[in-house]
This record gives sequence, structure tokens and C-alpha cells, in this order.
Amino acid sequence: MAFSIVLILIVLGAVALTISGIWWFTPLASNWNDIDSALLITLVVIGIAFVVLNLVLAYVVLRYRHREHNRAQFLPDNPKIEKILIGITALGIVILLAPGLFAYSRFISPPRDALTIEVLGEQWRWSYRYPGPDGKLGRANPKLISPKNPFGVDLNDPAALDDILSYTELHLPVGRPVLLHIRSKDVIHSFFIPSFRVKMDAVPGMVTHYWFIPTVIGRFQAVCAELCGIGHHRMQSPVIVERVEDFQQWLAKQPTVAATVKP
Amino acid sequence: MTTNHRDSITPGHIGVWLFLAVATMVFAALVSAYIVRMGSTDWHSLPKPGLLWVNTAILLLSSAALQWATLAQRQGAHRSARLSFIAGAVLSALFLLGQIWAWAVLHKLGYFLNTNPSSSFFYLLTAVHGVHLLGGLLVAAWTVRTRERLQLFVTYWHFLTVVWVVLFGLIVLT
Amino acid sequence: MSEKTHKEHGGFWTKYIFSQDHKVIAIQYTITALLIGLFGLVLSWLLRLQLGFPGSFQFINPGSYYQMLTQHGMIMIVYLLTAILLGGFGNYLIPLMIGARDMAFPFLNMLSYWVYLLSVIVLMAAFLVPGGPTGAGWTLYPPLSALPNAAPGSGWGIKLMLVSLVIFIAAATMGGLNYVTTVLQCRTKGMTLMRMPLSVWGIFIASVMALFAFPALFAGGVMLLFDNLLGTSFFIPSVTLFGQQLPREGGNPLLFQHLFWYFGHPEVYVVILPAMGIASDLISTHSRKPIFGYKAMVIAMAAIAFIGFIVWAHHMFVSGMNPYFGFFFAVSTLIIAIPSAVKVYNWLLTLWRGNIRLNVPMLFGIGWISTFIIGGLTGLPLGNVIADVPLHDTYFVVGHFHLVMGVAALMAIFGGIYHWFPKVTGRMFNETLGKLHFWVTFVGAYAIFFPMFLLGILGVPRRYFDFNVLQYLPPQTNALNIAITVAALTVGAAQLIFLGNLIWSALKGKRAEANPWGATTLEWQTPTTPPPHGNWGAETPTVYRWAYDYSVPGAERDFIPQNVPTEPSVPVGVPSTVR
Repeated sequence: MAFSIVLILIVLGAVALTISGIWWFTPLASNWNDIDSALLITLVVIGIAFVVLNLVLAYVVLRYRHREHNRAQFLPDNPKIEKILIGITALGIVILLAPGLFAYSRFISPPRDALTIEVLGEQWRWSYRYPGPDGKLGRANPKLISPKNPFGVDLNDPAALDDILSYTELHLPVGRPVLLHIRSKDVIHSFFIPSFRVKMDAVPGMVTHYWFIPTVIGRFQAVCAELCGIGHHRMQSPVIVERVEDFQQWLAKQPTVAATVKP
Repeated sequence: MTTNHRDSITPGHIGVWLFLAVATMVFAALVSAYIVRMGSTDWHSLPKPGLLWVNTAILLLSSAALQWATLAQRQGAHRSARLSFIAGAVLSALFLLGQIWAWAVLHKLGYFLNTNPSSSFFYLLTAVHGVHLLGGLLVAAWTVRTRERLQLFVTYWHFLTVVWVVLFGLIVLT
Repeated sequence: MSEKTHKEHGGFWTKYIFSQDHKVIAIQYTITALLIGLFGLVLSWLLRLQLGFPGSFQFINPGSYYQMLTQHGMIMIVYLLTAILLGGFGNYLIPLMIGARDMAFPFLNMLSYWVYLLSVIVLMAAFLVPGGPTGAGWTLYPPLSALPNAAPGSGWGIKLMLVSLVIFIAAATMGGLNYVTTVLQCRTKGMTLMRMPLSVWGIFIASVMALFAFPALFAGGVMLLFDNLLGTSFFIPSVTLFGQQLPREGGNPLLFQHLFWYFGHPEVYVVILPAMGIASDLISTHSRKPIFGYKAMVIAMAAIAFIGFIVWAHHMFVSGMNPYFGFFFAVSTLIIAIPSAVKVYNWLLTLWRGNIRLNVPMLFGIGWISTFIIGGLTGLPLGNVIADVPLHDTYFVVGHFHLVMGVAALMAIFGGIYHWFPKVTGRMFNETLGKLHFWVTFVGAYAIFFPMFLLGILGVPRRYFDFNVLQYLPPQTNALNIAITVAALTVGAAQLIFLGNLIWSALKGKRAEANPWGATTLEWQTPTTPPPHGNWGAETPTVYRWAYDYSVPGAERDFIPQNVPTEPSVPVGVPSTVR
């Protein structure tokens, strides 16, 4: 009796805490409602399973508890029931997975006209490099990184000279697709913007990628999502989404490679 | 302490075969790491001391000697079995010494453990293989007394010889 | 003429310390694992104190916090859970449940314990060396774990950790060889594989997995040690650390991750499969009913083991690996949900129409079902690759793995300890304290870990010393963290009650009868309790039936032990495919 009550209370408590909405998705500020849909479908399916299975457990524990002169029934198996249950489960899995995989295929195919921005992670901050008027990010090489050349830009690449650097904030024009090229100088970090559902590891020796479209004007936050040393929990950066004109204005005020980077 | 043995397969057989499966996984992990690492831009081929070919031949001979020992044992030719077992063990020890000599050769040529990835892997692979060999020799000295134990030991040895041939091929061809 | 009995061999040292008796070795493993687990538990209290009451303790700073976090994880997964389930339960139960006198290789078995103990000593030594233990996370990802000063404990700490792991792998290999060989070769007359109890199946299949999985950790660990100690570049690309270019290049950090998770994922099934087997036996024995679908349960465990080797990169969905791998690993991961679900249904169907006795072992058995349900279900959003993107490395993952590994697996372990306690010690534990232990742990665990799912959905990253930097936390989060901490400390206190109960009852508990639960399996049919050296007296038992003849129609009692001969007059309703 007590066990069943406790199970029911746990289920009610869990459901109540969830639907209170206090801790739930941050409001979506990007195009990735596919991610939210896939996650929500999954959570609903497992939520239903959680409730149903625990209620069944509460029921059997109560109904079939030991009482005087009670005897269990000898039911070693029932292939028919097993097959039905496997079928239902498999169906549930497909319902969970199929939309998610379709969304994933869109996820790994960035649009051609995306604005390319380089994100550079290091212990314990994020920096950014924008292509200049030529629209191309110049080549970079980790071996060229030095105090005078923090991004390791290859000054021999003409496309690099007009690149624009930001050491503190990521600014983005609203409504335009962005393709991030993510790098790290030292250890593995992970560039995580909860509001945009953006997360991708920054791995030294590699360039990783992530694309999205910011859809809401406002101020957001990027944090680090891979343990990277004692400053891991302080490694954050403001992310500002603004109108195109404001974005261009801000960009114009930032230092360029040609002006500030020396070999 | 065991109560029920199948006729020809003993717990010792199962134990050794399982151990061979484990050792296969270790070398498979190292070999796949090698292949992945080979794809990096800083891969430089290593000079291969001719000594390695000699060592390989010695190891193959030791396997042959040990195989002879089990055959002789099966036919009851105990003295012959004993002699070939000792020959096999001596050849294995020679192989190990030869491997250490090969390390010295590479050292003299300026290739140390941290010189470049192929040298790192060379020392690592030969060390892991050598440790398995040495361990096998030590355990054999302690426990090989029965016919069954000899057979199991020789199976282990053939396995290590095959592993070496694979590693050697990988090193030579890359 | 005096007869030398088997008991007179050797004095105190050979009987209790350097014993080759599987039961003594099992107890040695269990005590060592529980002690190191207690240390890991205390570390978790310190972590939660920091998160609930930041700044309260001077000695908890980011460096020491990440060190404690790393050690807590590694200790619990490897040195507690794996060791107690395989080394503790495996060693005790396998020979007894299959009717053998001991393991196939008793000397190797003894050696495996001492090597395990050595690995624990080396691990703990890291707390005493300059720089302290490594703080790079239990996953030890390079370059963080390898580069000097990148993380705390990058000197002696990481080296000792890696050496300890290599030593543990040696012990685990020795143990695994024993468990697998013994099950294959040493079953008593009539004990076919399909008559073995599910506890044995779980430990057996897990041991096979462990043998195939640990080598990858060995390879990765040795290469990582070389990168840290000897300047190699297996995993280290060109890096600039604190403004300095390091003389390394070309290494691949993802290579380590693949090797690590090729081990790491099967490792969690190495923990969960024995727990599943033990839980099955608890649930059937204490509901006086055969486990529902025995054959399906065995096949499901084998399927989980097999598929468990091809899901590893679901830990790497956002690692920067080839994105196309995401499709494969999402599908394989979600497929593994099917045999796991089948097992949950079968546990529920075992209870259905049963005669359930809510004694302490059964409380934990039912607690297992409930916590495995939520722990397992929350793996699904993580396996669904696109849904994993916002959840990876957040508190959602922390809630998930704690509920499956830290709660459900522990429910099975506690249930098993209470269940077999009378057999191991010949005494009964204190029932009231046992029930108290259960209720606080069960309810407390939900209180601690359920809220973490919501924090994860919100986007709170894991492995954070504090949450000050996060601008999107609702104001109630402080209170929530305090509540979780209070729950954690309370559950922690309950574990101390458990340990006290264990020790006191072992010394002073009421004498137990030979088979207090009315169980069918062989370990309850030994001539004396605790079982004697050699387990069976003059002759090993002969087995006539499967392990689940509970409440057989027409039988006098509601259980028939496996070594009771079948009689034509007693109708037995088990399908011939199972028997």
C-alpha cells in the first residue's frame, strides 16, 4: 500500500515539477524549432511511458501483495504478449527517431549563402573573426599563433588582411544564416548558445562547424560545455543579435587583421 | 576445484583462448589507432633497421621449434620435446634481445619515442608485443609441466608470432 | 590415526587473507569496493555542498572541485560498481549457483583481488602527491588531461590514475577469464546453460563484454600516459597553452575519444547486466513466481551486450566527428532500447499475479524497476542525435547516468546484499534499519536527480563549479540546488546506516535458517550456512529443473529447489523449450 502511494506521489511530483514550467526550454531564438520538436516528441513519449509503467508498477505491487492463503500463478511466459509488446516498443522507437533523423539531415547541410564566422576558444574565453568586405575568411594556422597574432592568421593570404576581429562579443545580423567555423587554441571546449540550440565542440587541430539562423533581436549568451580546466565555468561570451544596419555599424568599429596583427 | 570437464577441452584451453581474444583486442585497438594517426599531415616514414627482418626470422623459428616440441611430446619422444622446447625458449629470448638492439639502432639514428608519431608507435607496438612475450616466458618457466600446459603455451606463442608478423608488415609498409 | 580434514589446511593467513576460496575473495572484493565507494560518496557530499552553498568551504575552489568531481566519477564507476558486481557478486554467486566447488582458476582468482587492491592503493596515492589527483574529468580527454598545467593534477596525479587503471584492467582480465571459464566448464551435472539463474547469466555476459572492452581503455590509457609523460603526440595537435606554443603536433584528440568510448559504453552495460540479472532473481523469488519470459530475458541480455559494442559514438555526437556517423549511432542506440524495454515488461509481468512479499530485498527489487525505467527512458533523448545537441554535457546527462548507474544499479546491489546476507553470514540483518535505508534512498534519489533533467532542458552545463555566469537561470534555481544538496546529504546518511547495519548484523544478528526466502537456486541448498570450503560436502548436487519452479501447480510448497528430482506424480507446467 505504502509503496504504491509513494510511486504515485513520485509520478505526480515529477509531472508537476515539469509542467510548472519553471525550468524548461529557454525561449527559442533561432531557426532550430526542428530540434525543439524532436526533443519535445521524445520527452512526451518517454513521459507517457514513465507515467504508465510506474502506475502499472504501483498497481501490481498493491494488487498482488502477499495475503494469507494467496498463491502466485505459474505464468513462465506468453510469446503472444511478448511479440505485441516488442511491436509497440519498436513503433514507439520509430516515432521518436524518424522525425529526428530527418531534422538531422537538414542540420548537417548548411545553406550556401551563410555568413561564415570563426569562433576561437581558449582557456578561458571566446574570440571571433569575421570575413571582411571580400566575404572570405583568410587562412589560419595554429603554428602561427603568437601574442601579436592571437588567431594565427596567415598574413600571406590576401583574403585574411581585411578580416575583422572581436575579442569579447559575437554580433549577428538577424534573419541571416550563419555558419560557424569553430576552433580551439589549447584544449577541447564546446561552444554552446542555449537560446539558439547551438552546441559544437571546439577541438584543437580541427575546425568544426555549426549553422543556424538567429531569428530574434536581443542579447543572448554563449557558454562552454566541455570541461576545459579551472575556468570552465566562467568561460562565457555575450551574443548580440541586431538589425543588419546596426550589425554593419558595429562591424565597422572593430579592429581588422591588417591594422592590428603583426607577424 | 573443478567438477566437470568436457572430454578434450579443459578450463585451461578456454582460459587461454579467452586471453588470446583479449590480446587480439589490445593489438586491434593499437593497430586502428596507428592507421588513424597515419592520416595526419605530420606522418613520416621510419627507417627500418635490417635487424627487424632477422628478428622476425628468429621468432618464426622459435614458433617452429615449439611446434616441434608439442609434436614430439605427443609421440612420446620426451627428450626431443625437451630439447626443442628449450631451443624455442632460447630463440624467443634472442628475439627479445634483438628487439632491444633494434631500439638501440633507431636511437643512434636519432629516432626516439617522441621524435615523430611513427617512431612513437614503433616503440609502443614493439614494447607491448615484447611485454606479452616476456610475460609468456616467465609464466611458462613457472607453470609448464604437463603436456596440456605445453600445448597451451605453444598456442599462445604462435598467436604472438602472428601478431608480430602483422605489426611488422604494418611498420614496413607505412 | 587422525584424518586431516580440508579445513585444517593452512592457518589464519591462508584461510582469511591469502585464500583461494571464491567466497573469501568475494567478501574481500566487496569490503574493498564498499570502502572506496564510501570515499567516493563523501566526495559527492563535498561537490553538492559547493553547489548548494557556494563559498561555504575554503578548501573547495575550482581546482579542488574538479579534482573531486573527477575522482568521484572514476571511483564509483570502476572501483566500486564494476568491482563489486563482478568481483563481489560474481565471485560469490557463480560457483554456488552452478553447483561448482570453486572457480576454474582459484590461484588466479586470488591474485586478481590483490591486483585490484593494488590499483585502489595507486589511485588513492594520487591524493598524497604534489599537485593532487587529476581534475580532467573521469573521461580524461586530452589535450586537457595530458598537457602540463592545463588541468589540476597534470603532474603525478594523471600518471598515477592511468597506472592505476592499467593495474585494474589486469585484475579485471584475470577475473573475467575466471568467471567465463567457470560458467562454461564447471557447471554441475544437469546444470545446462538454460537452467542457470539470471544472476549468473548477467554476470557471465557482462564478463565477456568486459574482456572485449577493457583492451581499448588499455591502449588509449597507455598512449595518453606516453603523451603526458614522454612527450609523444598520439592525441595532441599543435596547441598554444597560456601563450606558449608547445612542441607537439599532428595528434588527434578524437582518436582518444573513440578508444575511450569503445571501452566506456560497453563498460556501463558491464555494470547494468549483472544488476539486471540480480534484480530478476530478487523479483521472482520474492513474488514466488517464475521470472516471466526467461528465454527472452537471456536473449535480451545477449542482444544488449552485442549491440552495446556498436553504440559508443553517441557520446560524441557534437565532438566534431564526421556528422554522418550520427545517423548510424542514433539508430543503433535506439535499437538497444528494445531489449531493455522487453526486460522491463517482463519484470512487471513477473509481479503480475504474483504473491509479493515486501521484505527488504524485494523493496530494492521494486525500487530497481522504477529507477531503471526513468534512467533508461532518459537515455532516449540523448540517443536521438538531434535532440542530443541541446542536452549533451548538461545536467540532463548527469541525471540520466546517475539514475541508471548510481541509483538503479545500486538498488540491485543493495537488494542483492540484503538477499544473500543470511547465506554469506548465517545471520539476518536488522529489518527496520533495512527498510529505513530503502525508503530514504529511493525517495531521496528521485529528489536529487529528477530536477536535474529540467535543469538540463533549460541548458545548465555539467561540470560547473558554480552557476554565477549563467544569465538564463530562473530565481528559484538557488532553492532547487539547496534542496538537491539536502536530499543528497540525507541519502548519504542513510548509506551510513546501511553500513552500520551490515557490520552489526554480521557480528550480532539473529541466526538465519539455511533458506529463509524459500528460494530455488542451488546456493541455498548447501549443507551448512555459511557454505563450507568446497561448498557441497562430499558430493556436488545434481540439477533436475530450471531455476524458477515457484508456485508450481500441484506442488506442496510454493517453491521446488533445482536439485529436487522430478517425479511423475508432480505435474510441472513448464514448456519443454525452457526446461
